[in-house]
Amino acid sequence: MASIDPGLDTLPKLLIHNAAAIGARPAMRHKDLGIWQAWTWQQVLAEVRAFSIGLAELGLKRGDKFTIIGSNRPRLYWAICAGQALGAIPVPVYADAVADEMAYVVAHAEVMLAVVEDQEQVDKIIAVSERLPHLGRVIYDEPRGLKDYDHGRLIAFTDVQEIGRKKLADDPECLRRWEAGIAEGKGSDLSIILYTSGTTGRSKGVMLTYENTIISARNANTFDRLDCKEEVIAYLPLAWVGDYFFSYVQAYAAGYCVNCPETPDTVVQDRREIGTTYAFAPPRVYENVLTLTTVRMADAGPLKRRIFDYFLSVAGRWGEKILDGEKVPLGARLLYSLGNFLVYGPLMNQFGLSRIRVAYTAGEAIGPEMFRFWRGIGLNLKQLYGQTEASIYITAQPDGEIYSDTVGTASPDVEVKISDSGEVLFRSPGVFTGYYKDPAKTAEVLTPDGWVHTGDAGFFDPKTGQLKIIDRAKDVGHLKDGTVFAPKYIENKLKFYPNIREAVAIGAGRDFACAMINIDITAVGSWAERNNVVYGSYQELAGNPRVYEMIARHVDEVNRSLSEEEVMAGAQIRRFLILHKELDADDGELTRTQKLRRGHITDRYAPLIEACYDGSNSADISTEVTFEDGHKGVIAARVAIRDMRTYPVPAARMERAA
Amino acid sequence: MRAPSSRDAALGEVLLAVEDVSLSFGGVRALTGVSFDIRKGEIRAIIGPNGAGKTSMLNVINGFYQPQAGRITFKGQVRTSMRPYAAAHGGIARTFQNLALFRGMTTLDNIMAGRTLKMHRGFFWQLLRYGPALKEEVEHRRRVEEIIDFLEIAAIRKIPVGRLPYGLQKRVELGRALAMEPDLLLLDEPMAGMNLEEKEDMSRFIIDVNQQYGTTIALIEHDIGVVMDLSDRVVVLDYGQKIADATPDEVRNDKNVIRAYLGEPHGTSV
Repeated sequence: MASIDPGLDTLPKLLIHNAAAIGARPAMRHKDLGIWQAWTWQQVLAEVRAFSIGLAELGLKRGDKFTIIGSNRPRLYWAICAGQALGAIPVPVYADAVADEMAYVVAHAEVMLAVVEDQEQVDKIIAVSERLPHLGRVIYDEPRGLKDYDHGRLIAFTDVQEIGRKKLADDPECLRRWEAGIAEGKGSDLSIILYTSGTTGRSKGVMLTYENTIISARNANTFDRLDCKEEVIAYLPLAWVGDYFFSYVQAYAAGYCVNCPETPDTVVQDRREIGTTYAFAPPRVYENVLTLTTVRMADAGPLKRRIFDYFLSVAGRWGEKILDGEKVPLGARLLYSLGNFLVYGPLMNQFGLSRIRVAYTAGEAIGPEMFRFWRGIGLNLKQLYGQTEASIYITAQPDGEIYSDTVGTASPDVEVKISDSGEVLFRSPGVFTGYYKDPAKTAEVLTPDGWVHTGDAGFFDPKTGQLKIIDRAKDVGHLKDGTVFAPKYIENKLKFYPNIREAVAIGAGRDFACAMINIDITAVGSWAERNNVVYGSYQELAGNPRVYEMIARHVDEVNRSLSEEEVMAGAQIRRFLILHKELDADDGELTRTQKLRRGHITDRYAPLIEACYDGSNSADISTEVTFEDGHKGVIAARVAIRDMRTYPVPAARMERAA
Repeated sequence: MRAPSSRDAALGEVLLAVEDVSLSFGGVRALTGVSFDIRKGEIRAIIGPNGAGKTSMLNVINGFYQPQAGRITFKGQVRTSMRPYAAAHGGIARTFQNLALFRGMTTLDNIMAGRTLKMHRGFFWQLLRYGPALKEEVEHRRRVEEIIDFLEIAAIRKIPVGRLPYGLQKRVELGRALAMEPDLLLLDEPMAGMNLEEKEDMSRFIIDVNQQYGTTIALIEHDIGVVMDLSDRVVVLDYGQKIADATPDEVRNDKNVIRAYLGEPHGTSV
């Protein structure tokens, strides 16, 4: 197992090391007032040091928990490191969490101090402050709108740094003490608590040590040959393990530069300006970009559309082979180069992906079509499989061994095995030390000899030797007649259509399978515009009979594709409906990382599900919804249910099955 | 979230006073003997049913219409007639009921246009774009970027405004008015045609402008709910005459106002 140099075994130590070794290289950029501002490693160290000593003056000490809430801004990343330098433990919270969720995490982790982005987050904290007995000072980055607030508890980020700088100037011993404090930190110390947005129940606080994270980050950097010349853009939620690694731990370990976008809406433009070389995104992001492109191409002139379609077919045929370095005839190579000049190059440039060396997708299955599209136009897109509990990395695809339906081989230093029940287990130096204040849950997942139960059902594909994930183990069920029913498998097939944003398959313990579908408002909205379908709201568009027709065609194709698969053929979708509202994390229907929370959805939409099985053609539903500012309202609707034909299971297979 | 008591004390001297202003077009009397004042630092609303003379009142204030009678005192100076250009120079900026943006120009250029009056270098210097002219432009651009940041429109900085949805165009127009760094900002129905979410955003920006830049704001609005939440004091016009001038709460319960908005009661009493 890998070991690490005790001089470089915590993140603050790495910062000091980087400032000495590559001090003049850019460590962080942020676009402010339209201009990219850069900080070198030395400057970052100075910023972190001032803030850290300011925090110490405010009373933060070793072992204290503090929270970070906000979007990807340099000062929030610095705050993480500044607290860690004192031996305090950061507990980041999702910036879009409603006040209630935030209160749970902040109270559960016994947070003493909060560093937040702006007025919005301050308002949330104030709203629930009586439930947060431990919380003291609240530090904000963006002063706008906070002028008239009571500043007894509130203090500006820059003011805290000012306190730190003053202390540094007044007390010559202060710097030495601060550095000694950092030297005291050990690799085995708790470095962060990341609350996972569980698909069931309350979220759990995953505790990771410095060693966990730094060894995993080092391995990942070596695996993809990342060095201090990489550029990444930080745009994923700060509280998510993915961002913590890509924008912080791996950056500190490799010394590469992290770029913070101007606003969350400008990520694509900002990425184009920077030209990032290493990217990570859930499939949803790649899907959205492709949907947007398809929608725009539909509005383009006929010539452009023909060129686009033709060269995409060329890319589909040869692109992946060229990317994987296989032998390709010269003619095809030339054609592909022309396509690159006319279509792929400009497209990649438009998305800011021209300089990408490695791009990962993870978190959910990505559609094979989608995967082929991106790889075809020359993006080195790979899959990885990970968990917060593993310090992300469990498996990843090495360059040149890429398949759309597998998630790769075990990452360096990671052992993976499949239990007798088909569950994926792993053991690695990145394995977490436990869930915070929850030994019972920890014992369920973590065995005494260090193996972790992922809760995912999977197997090693004999053809490629790579791991394949089927579904969450507990979600895999059976129809009444015994047919295997893997909801996510069906949902993914549905979601591969740009018109379908989200799908929920139901069927475990029932006579047949049904689906509840969310339309994608961008794609369907654009279709509506082109086809003169008039609508006033999401709900109206979702209930439109012509939209139903279109979705029915997609469901039909999914059924045909299911019928061709021996195991799944019995679980074709007999009936479906289109939901009147988008599934939303604010209503508890999705996790903050956009995964379905099945139990909750089944309860909320029970009347619709019943109607699917009692044969009615429509059902009334009224659901409580939470608006972005936290207040609640009720949406009521009558939702139509559509019957679908199913495809016969090929006879030969029937016999074999019988 | 706003502390009314501290605000009242902060409301300073009279910035603009309208006294006995009358305006007519031929035989139509648009305004009849209207008087009110706008104090420094407040958000002042002018409301009234359709055709009450609200927009005429704004046009009189910024010099677009010349009233036949009455006088207007702005920053202590009495004037009877004034050109819009002079009003703009004096520190009055406005937005329009129907957008008046350069549709082919980007958001950035539109807001930059709002800085025109602040530019000191002449046309040829700016053509040269060298030395002092360049320095000046950089400074103006910085101010414009601050406004873009303030109004959260960084994502549409380089997009021609003609392609933007209506709510965002309204925001760009507000940005352009802000670029003038006005003492008095006149908003003509800033929320007309917006959905609820856009209205809430715009209200937030109006309050923030008032708080952060200390800009005095006079706004015309149809949506009574919005007005009551936003403004410090309200003037109510009906058929060109002032029928009330008080705080939002008082106006809400004013018999004359209720009658003007809901019509005369028949049979039953209100």
